[in-house]
Amino acid sequence: MQLYRTLWRLAEVVEVVPETPRTKSLVLDVPDWEGHKAGQHVDVRLTAPDGYQAQRSYSIASAPEDERLVLTVDRLEDGEVSPYLTEVLMAGDKLEFRGPIGGYFTWEEGDGGPLLLVGGGSGVVPLMAMIRHRAIVGSDVPTRLLYSSRSYEEIIYRKELENLAARDGSLEVVHTLTRSRPQDWSGHHRRIDSEMLAEVSWSPQERPLAFVCGPTPLVEAVGSALVGLGHEPARVKTERFGATGG
Amino acid sequence: MDDELRLDGNAAAGSLGEVFSFEVTTAEYTCEGCGRTDQIGAAMVYEVRELGTIVRCPGCDNALIRLAHNRERYMVDLRGTRYLTTG
Amino acid sequence: MGEGFFSRGFLGRRRNRQDTALPPGQYLEDGFPVLSAGPTPHTPLEEWDFSIVGELDEPKRWTWEEFKGLPSEEITKDIHCVTKWSKLETRWEGVSVDTLLEGVETAAGYVTAYCDGDYTTNLPLEDVTGGKAWVAYAYDGEPLEPVHGGPARLLVPHLYFWKSAKWVRGLQLTTYDIPGFWESLGYHNYGDPWLEQRYWGD
Repeated sequence: MQLYRTLWRLAEVVEVVPETPRTKSLVLDVPDWEGHKAGQHVDVRLTAPDGYQAQRSYSIASAPEDERLVLTVDRLEDGEVSPYLTEVLMAGDKLEFRGPIGGYFTWEEGDGGPLLLVGGGSGVVPLMAMIRHRAIVGSDVPTRLLYSSRSYEEIIYRKELENLAARDGSLEVVHTLTRSRPQDWSGHHRRIDSEMLAEVSWSPQERPLAFVCGPTPLVEAVGSALVGLGHEPARVKTERFGATGG
Repeated sequence: MDDELRLDGNAAAGSLGEVFSFEVTTAEYTCEGCGRTDQIGAAMVYEVRELGTIVRCPGCDNALIRLAHNRERYMVDLRGTRYLTTG
Repeated sequence: MGEGFFSRGFLGRRRNRQDTALPPGQYLEDGFPVLSAGPTPHTPLEEWDFSIVGELDEPKRWTWEEFKGLPSEEITKDIHCVTKWSKLETRWEGVSVDTLLEGVETAAGYVTAYCDGDYTTNLPLEDVTGGKAWVAYAYDGEPLEPVHGGPARLLVPHLYFWKSAKWVRGLQLTTYDIPGFWESLGYHNYGDPWLEQRYWGD
C-alpha cells in the first residue's frame, strides 16, 4: 500500500461530534478511501469564494480498521482554519483534503513494543489512533499513555480511554493536569518532566518504542528527557504541532 | 535552544509527496554538511507557509532539501543531501 | 480537484481596506507574520559585525558599537510579502545603506546580502542606494526581535519583503547577479510588488 496520497479530494462530513469544550471530531465519508496507518495525518484545505486558500494538517483519530475517517480538531482562539472546522462545518458539507500522509510517525501491531505514548493536548490524537487500532486487533503489546491536559474537562477521549484501560490489562493511561484540577484529583498535576517519565516509562533496557506528540515546548522537553534517561534516540519519534497552528 | 518554528520531518510529508514518488519521511539521508545519516522524519522542517519547505539536518542545520512550489512549477534543491535512500 | 470548489461559509482572515491602494494580489495584515527558513540565530552582540566586501578596494567592517554610532534614521514604510500580506506604515530605525557605502568605489552592479544562517538575497546596487535601503535594528520603537531578524536586518521596502534579509551580516558587492536563497528556488530575481514579480518569468 502506498503510504501517501498527494491528490486533493473531497470528503463529506457525516457528523461533527463535540469531545471537549474546545475540541470536536469530524466524522468523514471518503469515496474510495484506501485506509491509513495509525499516526498519519491529512492536510485540509479551505477555499474562499474569491480563491483565497488556507491549509493545515490534522492527525487522523480513527483506527485503520474504522469505516470512516475521523479527525479531531482543537479550536485555537486566533486560528484561521480550526474555528471554521469546529464552528461552521456541518453534516453534508464537503471538505477538501489530501492524505493519508506521513510514514515516519506510525505504529501498527507488528511494530511491537513496549509502547510509550506521550501526548499533550490535541497531541493525543495520533496516539489515540494507535490505541484504537490496538484495541480493535486485540493486541496485547504493553502500552502506556502519559497524557497532559490543562484541566479535567479538556481531556479528550477521557471516557473511552477509561473504558479501554479498564478492560485491557496491557493498556495503562496516566493523566497529568497542568492548570486546574478537580478537588478529588489524585493524579499528577504538573508539566511532564524527567521524574514523571522515569516513573511511567519502561527502563531503557526494555527498549520501548516512544511516540511523543503535542505543542513544540512539550515535545522538545519530553524528547530530550527520554534521551537523557537513556532511551535510544532512534526509538523516540516526535511530532511537534508547532507554536502556531490552525 | 527552543526554536518554536521548526517541526519534525513528518510535517513536510505532504509537500514532499508532491514531488517524490516514494515515501520520503522514512527515506534515509546522508547530510552533505556533516555526514550524519537518519530518516527524513527525524530531520527538522521549516514549512515557510506558501514560500516553500526547507528540511534541515538536526546535527548541523544544513539545508538537506529545499522545495518551492511556484504556481505550476516545482523546484527542488537537493545539494545538501549526499544520498537519499529509500528503504 | 474540482474547479470552482469552495468551502461553504469560509472567508479567511484577511481584510481589505478599499480606500488603500495595495499592490496587486495583496491583503492587509494586522499582525506581523514570522516566516523563517531556518533556526533563529542568536549571535551575541560582542561577536556581531557588519561588513561590506567583494568588488571594492578596502572591505569595510563595523562592530555593533561602531554600527550603533553611525548616523541613523527613522523610516516609515509599507512592506509587502510575496505570501500576499502587506503592512502599512511600519516604523523602523536603522542606518541607510548609502551611509555604509560612503566613499566606496566599485564596478559592481549587484549586491548579495549575506546573513547568519545560510540565507542570502541578491539585488541591483542601485536598488539599495539613493535612499531606498537600510540596515534596521529597531522596529516600532523597540530593538528588533530575533524572530523578526534582530539584531539587524536589511530593509528594502520597495521590493517584496524576502529581499529584506533577516540577520544580515554584510553586503557583498558583485559584478554578476547571483540568485540568493529564494531566487534560486523560482522566486523572481528582482521582485517588484507593483508589477507582481513573484516568480521567474513574471
